[in-house]
Amino acid sequence: MTESPSGSPAAASAAPVVRVDDLHVTFPTLDGDVHAVDGLSFEVPAGGALGIVGESGSGKSVTSLALMGLHRGSRARITGGIEVVGTDVVAATDRKLRSMRGNDIAMVFQDPMQSLHPQYTIGNQLVEALRVHRPQVSRAQARTRAIESLERVGIPEPAKRVNSYPHEFSGGMRQRVLIAMGLMCDPKVLLADEPTTALDVTVQAQILDLLDELRRDLDMGLILVSHDLAVVAGSVDEVVVMREGRAVERGDVRRVLAEPEHPYTQALLAAVPRVEVSRAERRARDRAERAERARREQRRSSGATAESVGSESADPAPFSAFEPATPATGDRGEPLLRVRDVAQSFKVRGGLWGRATDFWAVKGVSFDLYKGETLGVVGESGSGKSTLSRMVMRLLEPTKGTVEFEGQDITHLSERRLRPLRRDVQMVFQNPYSSLNPRMTIGQSIGTALRVQGEGNPRTIRSRVQELLERVGLEPNHYNRFPHAFSGGQRQRIAIARALILKPRLIICDEPVSALDVSTQDQVLRLLSELQDDFGLTYVFVAHDLAVVRQVSDRVAVMRKGEVVELGDSDTIYENPQSDYTRQLLTAAPVLDPDEARELRSERVRLRSRGD
Amino acid sequence: MLTYILRRLGAGLLLLAVVTMVTFAIFYVVPRWAGRTTEQLATMYVGRAPTPEAIQATIERLGLDQPIVVQFGEFVRGIFFGAQYQFGRDTIECSAPCFGYSFQTYQEVFPEIISRLPVTASLAIGAGVIWLVGGVAVGVVSAVWKGSLFDRLAMGIALAGVSLPIFFTGLLALAFLVHSWGLFATPRYVPFSQDPLAWAQGMLLPWLTLAFLHAAMYARQTRAGMLETLNEDYIRTARAKGLSERKVVLKHALRPTLTPIVTIFGLDLGLVLGGAVLTEQVFSLNGIGRYAVQAITQSDLPVILGVTLFGAFFIVICNLLVDLVYPLIDPRVRIHN
Repeated sequence: MTESPSGSPAAASAAPVVRVDDLHVTFPTLDGDVHAVDGLSFEVPAGGALGIVGESGSGKSVTSLALMGLHRGSRARITGGIEVVGTDVVAATDRKLRSMRGNDIAMVFQDPMQSLHPQYTIGNQLVEALRVHRPQVSRAQARTRAIESLERVGIPEPAKRVNSYPHEFSGGMRQRVLIAMGLMCDPKVLLADEPTTALDVTVQAQILDLLDELRRDLDMGLILVSHDLAVVAGSVDEVVVMREGRAVERGDVRRVLAEPEHPYTQALLAAVPRVEVSRAERRARDRAERAERARREQRRSSGATAESVGSESADPAPFSAFEPATPATGDRGEPLLRVRDVAQSFKVRGGLWGRATDFWAVKGVSFDLYKGETLGVVGESGSGKSTLSRMVMRLLEPTKGTVEFEGQDITHLSERRLRPLRRDVQMVFQNPYSSLNPRMTIGQSIGTALRVQGEGNPRTIRSRVQELLERVGLEPNHYNRFPHAFSGGQRQRIAIARALILKPRLIICDEPVSALDVSTQDQVLRLLSELQDDFGLTYVFVAHDLAVVRQVSDRVAVMRKGEVVELGDSDTIYENPQSDYTRQLLTAAPVLDPDEARELRSERVRLRSRGD
Repeated sequence: MLTYILRRLGAGLLLLAVVTMVTFAIFYVVPRWAGRTTEQLATMYVGRAPTPEAIQATIERLGLDQPIVVQFGEFVRGIFFGAQYQFGRDTIECSAPCFGYSFQTYQEVFPEIISRLPVTASLAIGAGVIWLVGGVAVGVVSAVWKGSLFDRLAMGIALAGVSLPIFFTGLLALAFLVHSWGLFATPRYVPFSQDPLAWAQGMLLPWLTLAFLHAAMYARQTRAGMLETLNEDYIRTARAKGLSERKVVLKHALRPTLTPIVTIFGLDLGLVLGGAVLTEQVFSLNGIGRYAVQAITQSDLPVILGVTLFGAFFIVICNLLVDLVYPLIDPRVRIHN
């Protein structure tokens, strides 16, 4: 592991290890050609690091697959030049290409849970990665090398763990194993395609730190592909911003992030939620923008003839049956929601004869929530935040503790008695792709709740749904379309409309934006905040993204392993965290400033070495 | 691991007990619900000249007038300790394990089954190997060359294989391959220990006929599973390592595809071991399936009961074996302490 690759580093760093020149990747479809990548060029010098950033559909993943030559055998047409460590990827024979893969360039994929073979030990998979390129290395030698490699990426007890199967590792550890696999042949370039998207913030920081460290220690080129500018900020020298298959901007990471030239980059940067922006600032900005928009609209509509618009004139808030918003400040009166010591246990089967043991997902959480307020719940996966929100919603019956809604104890109400209450408490889920029934039109999806709650007149339902569609930024004539016709952001708008149709008092948002691109995420957050202003809604906002939570929450609860470690005013918690865990989360949150990101990285390294 | 084995074994034994109970109930209780009297039931055991006295004697001899629980108890006792039947002045000994006594052929059921077992087992195991290997191989090639001429041809034939019953393919094969063209030897059973070559020659056509039906299903299953597996992320990882396509397919994609195949193979083999009724009938092989057919046409209740239990036994055993083999194939099933 420690031996350096042959050749003098000075000579090696002269030539680029990866060169992409006017790359086009085209997929023929029935509706004509789709240009997934359309004239892309970049270079990575030896030991250099390049970030490729773009939203879904920008062609960044297609590019990374093309670099590996993994489009062979598919219908993709590739033109232009790709050169990886002297191999012409476009023209090379299959055999030549295979000897490049894993040997000169190694790839780390997005989903570590799916990217390792579940039926072979990780040792087997690592050994294979080496021996395919170095058949002269014996099995025993390769195994020793695998253990070294695992140790290098920070797998504890590598000599023992080498015999484990992937399912015995957590997501972050699996990603480390994949990186170790990539290191087996001392590649010149490591290509990481969204390597941290499926991981928690703290784990994400660890993986990024590891990649950075490896790159420096092994003098390896790094290509980091991500949808998140903040993820690449601290780890790369140069960045390419992609949109619709083209590089809209390319340059030094400091320059691009500080003085973006292209409007798209500027918009993208503006949309990234920043952990240093407070709720008040964001709210003030959103309201100002909204007022500005309204003014412009008014000017435009006063210019046009009123008749031509007809009955569907641009009334700012036609869906007006709500009570007016009450300010969250001042006399708060009775809390809307009072949660006391709720706990939830699940039976876990295991042991001899499958005896069940209790697992406490949430262990005693209390909070009050006042009308018009937003409570943010942050935590990593397994912290119990989703279980908590399901208990508040009474989708789960708390094992212990009480939940009171408007003074009524709803902890153990029967489903029948809960039904009137379902009107008042609604939920928006994380995955807009699976939370809408694909066989129902969105009009039906949204309108069903009204019908269930006793509205019999189909015409009334239809007009209410259409009004609401317009309110959440969709077209009324979308009523009869099916979910597959909509993008992720639009689907989340539909989900929000479905939650709003019953004029609820409380909406529980469980990771409502985590599946969305940054710009879409920003729009959905803005919509949620506008709706809160207009209808005096109260939110419980569950998310793992610290920056997002800060911008929408008046108060924040930080959860860890089923307990609340810190609860309080959101600015106080973010600016002056009391618990170690919150502090740890905050240093792990990715930031946009490359220098600050590097500072945080050394801070993390210090914290970690102190912890050992 | 030991707890896992013990638990599976326990579950298997319990399942056998339940099967015994249910089968017994079907043959001895349901006819009564349908209105058969004890006398009518006894008539079946008496033989050619059912005089009232003989019937009465049979009822007493077999305990048909006893409560059903007692009769079941006697039956189970017979399995472990053997049973005796008074037959006029003679006593008929049915030694343990006694799964009943046929009063039509005057033979114990269990030894009859055992004597036919080699025929059925030869047929089942031989055909099983052929259809597993052949079906999986065709499925893999079809998946890898998806859309090719081979794929379309193989899947077309597979569709035919699934749809054509054995009494059609079997008779056709007999008529042309054996009688008209003489490509195959006339199907017959020669014990393996006597002459292995003759054994294989005699069984070849039955094997192929039975295997054709199953191989078709396995090819389709393998192809579908393989196509799904080839889309998995870990296959992309394997390709990104620089592995050859052969290794990607045979090492990384085949194993996950085989996992569900092994499960159905256990079931299918168990089923055939309990008697490949149609194949044995078509090729006149004197196996358990044929024994069952004879018993059914003659309403020989003890034989039907015995063969049913025997078939159930094989299915339970094969499933048990699959359960035990499963952790070897898929480590995620393994029990950790």
